[in-house]
Amino acid sequence: MDKFRMIFQFFQSNQESFMNGICGIMALASTQMYSAFDFNCPCLPHYNLAYGLGILLVPPFILFLLGFVLNNNISMLAEEWRRPQGQRGKDPAVLRYMFCSMAQRAMIAPAVWVSVTLLDGKCVTCAFCTWVPVETLGNASHPHLSQGEIQRVLARVPCKEIYNGQELIANEVAVRYLRCISQALGWCFVLLMTTLAFLVRSLRPCFSQVAFLKSRYWSHYIDIERKLFDETCAEHARSFAKVCIQQFFEGMSTDLVAARCHLPRKAPVDAGEAAEKLLGITDWGTMNMALKSWHRCKPPLHLHPPALPTGNGWAGEGQPPTHPSVPRRETAAYYSCV
Amino acid sequence: MDRFRMIFQYFQSNSESVMNGICGLLALASVKMYTSFDFSCPCLPQYNMAYGLGIMFVPPVILFLCGLILNRQSLAMLEEWRRPLGRRKKDLAVIRYMCSSIMQRAMVAPVVWIIVTLLDGKCLICAFSSSMDPEKFVGFANVSPVQVQQLLAKVPCKDDELMRNNTSRKAVSRYLRCWSQALGWSILLILIIAAFLARWLRPCFNQDTLLQARHWSNYIDIEQKIFEETCCEHSRLFAHKCILHFFESMRQEIKLHSYSWPREGEGAEGEEDLLRGITDQDQVNKLLKTWYYEKPPLDVSQVTQR
Repeated sequence: MDKFRMIFQFFQSNQESFMNGICGIMALASTQMYSAFDFNCPCLPHYNLAYGLGILLVPPFILFLLGFVLNNNISMLAEEWRRPQGQRGKDPAVLRYMFCSMAQRAMIAPAVWVSVTLLDGKCVTCAFCTWVPVETLGNASHPHLSQGEIQRVLARVPCKEIYNGQELIANEVAVRYLRCISQALGWCFVLLMTTLAFLVRSLRPCFSQVAFLKSRYWSHYIDIERKLFDETCAEHARSFAKVCIQQFFEGMSTDLVAARCHLPRKAPVDAGEAAEKLLGITDWGTMNMALKSWHRCKPPLHLHPPALPTGNGWAGEGQPPTHPSVPRRETAAYYSCV
Repeated sequence: MDRFRMIFQYFQSNSESVMNGICGLLALASVKMYTSFDFSCPCLPQYNMAYGLGIMFVPPVILFLCGLILNRQSLAMLEEWRRPLGRRKKDLAVIRYMCSSIMQRAMVAPVVWIIVTLLDGKCLICAFSSSMDPEKFVGFANVSPVQVQQLLAKVPCKDDELMRNNTSRKAVSRYLRCWSQALGWSILLILIIAAFLARWLRPCFNQDTLLQARHWSNYIDIEQKIFEETCCEHSRLFAHKCILHFFESMRQEIKLHSYSWPREGEGAEGEEDLLRGITDQDQVNKLLKTWYYEKPPLDVSQVTQR
């Protein structure tokens, strides 16, 4: 469907949109996981709290880390943070922006899980059933049970089929009480998260909007630059392979058919086209040096006019400069008129 | 449908995406397999543990092997590892990179199976119900040891007559399920932390070696594909020429008749170029043998300098 293709292309258009898509999918996946998960309260005094709080808190932590793991920007952030300075300065504001934007997206699925869990009520019922106020809700004057016994009986509240404390406190009463508290907590949590999100969005333009715009631009730039570099490398590899294989066939044919005078006439044209795309890098050692240089010494954010000798290294030459003649720190790119 | 074609094209855009797609499909297939598998615990003292642990560990091994088989890169890696040196050096870092990326992708489906099994709980209940301490559970405390083993072994079978409304059975079942789910979540947590640390810390160590290894492993894949395409094209032209030659020789034989067959020679000229002088079976065999035993060096400077 055309609509679907448009949506797909929109999300793919840049990494941030793509991550928004993944974030939405993870939020849906977290609700699906919760409904598919078979909650099974152990109904034993000390196990209940551990199980209930575990199900409330461990999956959100897993979803939070998963949000980081699925985000390609994390290796981009770590790379940008750890790379040698080279000819390009590093801006901590860009790194902070990238980290904050990743963290915000990664928080959504855990928040959804916690909200759904609280609104459903099973976790809180399981975890806190032994803390139900028997004096107010039940028959506290039941004299025959010790404290330990009462704990054991109350621990079975979530398990209706094995509950045997109907005289102490009605199962229905305890469950409703706990569920009510759980749902109240759930709604308060949702309200709190929404208010925070609203405040962050509406107050941010009031503070350092210019710095924010700059950080966002350069963070997108780093993302696009990395993608283009990978595409260029892939294109280069394709042309290299074509030329290499043609060379191989030619070599074989000259070996095998030395007597014949049919030489492949089409090959040089093909080789010419593919060879142009090689950008002057024609062997293993030079390519490795180019890749090493890309990491160790990123080019400055300054596009030279074509006539001048570039500091970028391998465009047209086989040797990237190991010592740039004029080391330039890229603080100049971040002029601020504020 | 158009939608699937688009998704298909996205995944085919490079081979890493294809591998990720296959890995995801295998993971979904493993969940589907588990939900459709009819788990049926034998409820007999010695058989329970074998069955329970068997269902937990044997399908993951099968899924791991499927992951290796379906991954094109595993063949490429083996070939690169075992080929003779020829005129091209071997880079162990590339082979290591390929191996680790293959292993990581192949491990996803087995891990998903194990985690789903643990979160569901049936396997562990079946395997360990006989190992429970009967003193902890009221219904089993005052029974003779032989009988208690039998009873505990029947815990996973809800519909058994002895167990149908037994509250102690439910207590044992809940207890084991709780442990199973806790184990499942813990394993998932540990794996995610490991994946997070690996992604976060990898750029801090040997980033340039990693860039090189990734580039050349991609190159090997592309080169193999282009070689196969070139060979396919060559064999198509070879076949075409062979057949034309056959018809030509037939024509020679019946030249005495009054038919004038059209000359089909002209079109063949251009194609001969594409055959690149390799025009018989022995030559093709020699070419393929040389491709394996003596891969060409990674140096195309002479071509570009013409």
